Amino acid sequence: MNYENFRRVEERAFYALVGVLGLIVLLGAGAWHYMEEHGHIVTGMSNQIVWGVPHVFAIFLIVAASGVLNIASIGSVFGKTVYKARAPLSGLLALAMLGGGLAVLMLDLGRSDRLIIAATHFNATSIFAWNIILYSGFFGIVAAYLWTMMDRRMKGYSRYAGFSAFIWRLILTTGTGSIFGFLVARQAYDSALLAPMFIVMSFSYGLAVFLVAQSVMYRWNGLTLDAAILRRMKNLLAVFVSAVLYFTLVYHLTNLYFAKQIDFERFILLDGGIYTTLFWLGQVVIGSLIPLAILFHPQWGMRSGAVFSSALMIIFGGFCQLYVFIIGGQAFPLNLFPGMEATSSFFDGRMAHPYAPSLPEFLLGLGGIGIAALIAVVAVRILKFLPQDDFSHLAKAEDLTD
Amino acid sequence: MSNMDKNRRQFIGVGVAAAAGLAIAPGVTLLDLAHARPADQAADSAKRWGMLVDTNKCATGCNDCVSACGKENGFGSTGHPETDPQWIRKIELKEIKSGKTHSLPMMCQHCAKPPCVDVCPTGASFKRADGIVLVDRHICIGCRYCMMACPYKARSFVHEETHDQNPDVPRGKGCVEGCTMCVHRIDRDQLPACVEACKAAGHEAILFGDLNDANSEISKRVATYASTQVRADLNLNTGVRYQGI
Ligand code: SF4
Ligand code: SF4
Repeated sequence: MNYENFRRVEERAFYALVGVLGLIVLLGAGAWHYMEEHGHIVTGMSNQIVWGVPHVFAIFLIVAASGVLNIASIGSVFGKTVYKARAPLSGLLALAMLGGGLAVLMLDLGRSDRLIIAATHFNATSIFAWNIILYSGFFGIVAAYLWTMMDRRMKGYSRYAGFSAFIWRLILTTGTGSIFGFLVARQAYDSALLAPMFIVMSFSYGLAVFLVAQSVMYRWNGLTLDAAILRRMKNLLAVFVSAVLYFTLVYHLTNLYFAKQIDFERFILLDGGIYTTLFWLGQVVIGSLIPLAILFHPQWGMRSGAVFSSALMIIFGGFCQLYVFIIGGQAFPLNLFPGMEATSSFFDGRMAHPYAPSLPEFLLGLGGIGIAALIAVVAVRILKFLPQDDFSHLAKAEDLTD
Repeated sequence: MSNMDKNRRQFIGVGVAAAAGLAIAPGVTLLDLAHARPADQAADSAKRWGMLVDTNKCATGCNDCVSACGKENGFGSTGHPETDPQWIRKIELKEIKSGKTHSLPMMCQHCAKPPCVDVCPTGASFKRADGIVLVDRHICIGCRYCMMACPYKARSFVHEETHDQNPDVPRGKGCVEGCTMCVHRIDRDQLPACVEACKAAGHEAILFGDLNDANSEISKRVATYASTQVRADLNLNTGVRYQGI
């Protein structure tokens, strides 16, 4: 659409967007109510697949939330001006996504009405309980950080707040990865690589989400991202995606090295059905190789539309990766008696019955994305979150078409 | 055998530690969990309840322990094994090399170092002073992390509304549960339902007793015959032991 025409309906477009996002959140709330009413029997989850699609959404949002803050850290901790201009938006997206992710995690509990118990009973040996502290702390620190950036009088503290947020987010992602790292009895999670792998995953998902949000905001305001900035950011994204791919490779190679893990690797890489497909097609091809090809391509890599699509593909690949990791990891049977074939009424010794996620599970997860998007959209409207570059060399969309 | 002795000594140490931990748990909670024992009388930390399963006596195809468990604890099959509670299940095993077969019941192994208790965010999963691992269903939030952590797939999530409950065994939708070793029966000096059913069927494959008491039948058998802990590599020091595999 011609930008001048869009300006005229901009107000209405904003309310329409808020309306759509509100509807998504409402659908998620409805799905939660339905699950709460009937129990998890109405989901595809079972005693074998105990964490389903809601966890995939929740963990994606939480991991991406900590990763998106990376933009701000590059700005304040490492003093890069281009990123400094993007720090407020990065902080906002981090808060919004953490809020959405936590909501999904909490509403998927068997007894989500007992939230107060989760807050008052604390088991210090539980990494899960520690994560609750890490998440609340993240909210506090990032909110303070945003304040130091938005309020002139607080500017002096911005560096310190930024540094704390940087450290906190590294611990937070390690904590999220460790939720799985503690499950030593399950072959998918018995790897020392999980914590660093989650950190690079967060970098990649976070930057991809940031680029998507930034593109939409620029489009909406009729601006075009400066070519030099675009180049820097897409190169960084390519580096992160390559790093995730590298970690994935090392994770599977080290597993292949241990004889006891071979069957599990066979399952994921060769004959795991949906998990194998999602791994190769979803994570590797669509989520990594195609976007890498685009980002490294001398012409396509410099088109903002192409970078935007790559970011979307990377996000999609991230969902696939977490689906394979979380659900595929549970579908593979626990091996209680090495050297023996086991059968039972409880699926011992064989791949679980297929997990078929139900509609409410997806709606709950999408509701989490809805919450994050709604917070971001409304906040961007009220406060100044649009990256403030030196606009002297930026022009209206019509003039700049690289 | 010296290894066994070491294990027994470990049990005592664990028992004492657990007793210290229990001082925090309010008596009311205990009463709710096990109606039989008065609130002011804590579980005995000198004991460690355990079971020894003799797989040579366990009959392939016999499911009596499983049915007895469901009857005692108030749940049955709805025809959906993936979501039905399965506190105990029969596993049929075949050695890949020799083709030799075994049959055995698998349930919560009442680990001395239970991963389910370690990971539980609220402390709903806990170990009683006498070694029995339970879920306090009043503070379980249904996060299912314990199910992810248990190496034995011993826990079930209550996926739907419960009916026909046994007043001794409160259950509820949205919480996680597992074998309680029939703690309500133990506190009344009765045998766990599965042990009794196995006896009634004439197999006597499951022996129940106090692993801390050197004179108990179970301790003597553990001391005399080779017994195994399933996934002994994880060093969880299980309260349920197996013989013959
Ligand atoms: S067998 Fe599983 S549920 Fe039972 S104590 Fe051990 S970890 Fe916990
Ligand atoms: S499901 Fe209940 S018992 Fe299990 S870890 Fe969560 S709160 Fe604890």
